[in-house]
Amino acid sequence: MRTDTYQHPDHYLVDELLTDEHRLIRDSVRQYVKKELSPIIEDYAQRAEFPKHIIPQLGAIGAFGPSLPAEYGCGGMDQISYGIIMQELERCDSGIRSTASVQGSLVMYPIYKYGSEEQRRKYLPKLATGEWMGCFGLTEPDHGSNPGGMTTNFVDKGDHYLLNGAKMWISNAPFADIAVVWAKDEAGKIRGIIVERGMEGFTTPETHNKWSLRASATGELVFSNVRVPKENLLPNISGLKGPLGCLDSARYGIAWGALGAAMDCYDSAKQYALQRIQFDKPIASFQLIQKKLAEMLTEITKGQLLCWRLGVLKNEDRATTAQISMAKRNSVEIALNIAREARQIHGGMGITGEYPIMRHMMNLESVVTYEGTHDIHLLITGMDLTGISAFR
Amino acid sequence: MNILVCLSQVPDTTTKIAFSADNKSLNKTGVQYIINPYDELALTKALELNEATGGGTVTVIHVGGADAEPVLRKALAIGADQAVRIEAEPLDSRQVAAELAAYIQGQSYDLVLTGRESIDYNCGLVGGMLSQYLDWPLVNVATSIDPAGQAGVLAVSRDMDGGREKVEVSLPAVITCQKELTEPRIPNMRGIMAARSKPLQVVSPQGIGPDLSLLSHALPPARQACRYFEADQMDALVEALRQQAKVL
Repeated sequence: MRTDTYQHPDHYLVDELLTDEHRLIRDSVRQYVKKELSPIIEDYAQRAEFPKHIIPQLGAIGAFGPSLPAEYGCGGMDQISYGIIMQELERCDSGIRSTASVQGSLVMYPIYKYGSEEQRRKYLPKLATGEWMGCFGLTEPDHGSNPGGMTTNFVDKGDHYLLNGAKMWISNAPFADIAVVWAKDEAGKIRGIIVERGMEGFTTPETHNKWSLRASATGELVFSNVRVPKENLLPNISGLKGPLGCLDSARYGIAWGALGAAMDCYDSAKQYALQRIQFDKPIASFQLIQKKLAEMLTEITKGQLLCWRLGVLKNEDRATTAQISMAKRNSVEIALNIAREARQIHGGMGITGEYPIMRHMMNLESVVTYEGTHDIHLLITGMDLTGISAFR
Repeated sequence: MNILVCLSQVPDTTTKIAFSADNKSLNKTGVQYIINPYDELALTKALELNEATGGGTVTVIHVGGADAEPVLRKALAIGADQAVRIEAEPLDSRQVAAELAAYIQGQSYDLVLTGRESIDYNCGLVGGMLSQYLDWPLVNVATSIDPAGQAGVLAVSRDMDGGREKVEVSLPAVITCQKELTEPRIPNMRGIMAARSKPLQVVSPQGIGPDLSLLSHALPPARQACRYFEADQMDALVEALRQQAKVL
């Protein structure tokens, strides 16, 4: 693959809305990505293999749970910093960002937010360094957009819980050391429970033959009479708002992240259009190419402002689920459209692994579906503006 | 060891250089600044030396305005313990070296590291001038720096014409740093957060003026398009090299 010469577009000088520290974070993560990830990502994606050796690197740079408090070994950063990190990682590959956002938002966040002090101290420092990796079990084979219908359940056996059920489409599952699993108790209430690898009856078969997120590992979680110690129950949450709170955090990261994929496609397309000569001039001279590039930049600029504002609201703890839905949906939609247009600008070269376009495009087909499908996010916005749920 | 690392900030290597209307200053619009890469190697080596021996402090120092504070903050995020900024506009190498020397004379550093040169003005003079002002030994263009096995002495390899030489130098000393010395470190989130609370001290200058006054800048001539010659056009190629390129 060619040298990574990425530079982010900043048509509206959005950088000026960031602090020096935000820019330092952005430049540091980008420097790491260019040094360690860009040279290898295409090869791992082609071979459908997760580059496991990057886990300690992501931990060392601070990509796991950067906005959780430093006393648990985390970064203590604000929400815009978290968004920036996700953007730089997904600029490289949505699968890498998925690995980091699952770890940070779907595993560390619930342990921090809903866990006991003992649970925080036991798990968070090791998850922050990547010594332990986690995954998040919510989606089931028969319950995707309707997680409340889940059948995974546990019963109180006195000195332990007995867990049964299955989860699927779980990022990080094949190698995760722990799983934050959402399951119903005997009263039918959804509770969070931490399942550890090695517990008898707990298996994580890998999902093969994906055409998307090929550099990220996906699998199932199967629980067959798993005895889970009682201290592994997350004590401070009950009901669907538990997992949905985690998803708010992760979707916020996706809103920034998918925009990173869009920016990479745009940057690559712009560079290619300026270099590719047809009819004795760069194809960037042609109106139809300029139209594509100009529309891409317009959408990216709108997306940058949306994410930045959402980050400010999130820092003030005022961002609503509906606002996060809108940003996630918008970023992924524009990223998919930009990837497709960028693919056309690259002509046949856009098909090959020489350029990141087709990989981004295929990755984004997962991103548009996971963590709330494109349509469900639209209906969340619809519900927010009408007060009427169209899906319940 | 207590090590002082002199840092300058330079335009990012991808910057498209443009000058002000009177050609007397760089047009700073849209320019991203980075730590001068040779100085970044010096900083990394300073951290490595202290990590190996398990003690001492690393201070970074810069002569310049507040616009350089982001790069100083980055140096703190990479691992320096404290930063000092001498509040003076850097105008030539001697002025910078004299300001640095005046500050250093009031402190107790064992070692001063600088880059071999800054990649914007490329004078490569501050290290040498500083050693003269301080009356400390200088090792220029170092490619490795290690403890020599004897307290207060460092073993240094340096580039020379067509080869390398290895020397020992007694401390305190000034060493300028060359590529290959080490690999720069990328700041991590914990380092960036720790940098928030590390001291960044602003020091008044001595008021030393420059020796040189700048008349104008000029860009190099625009690069000519490549000309291709077929394999059977050797005579035309030689003619072009003689008459147009004037290199034969």
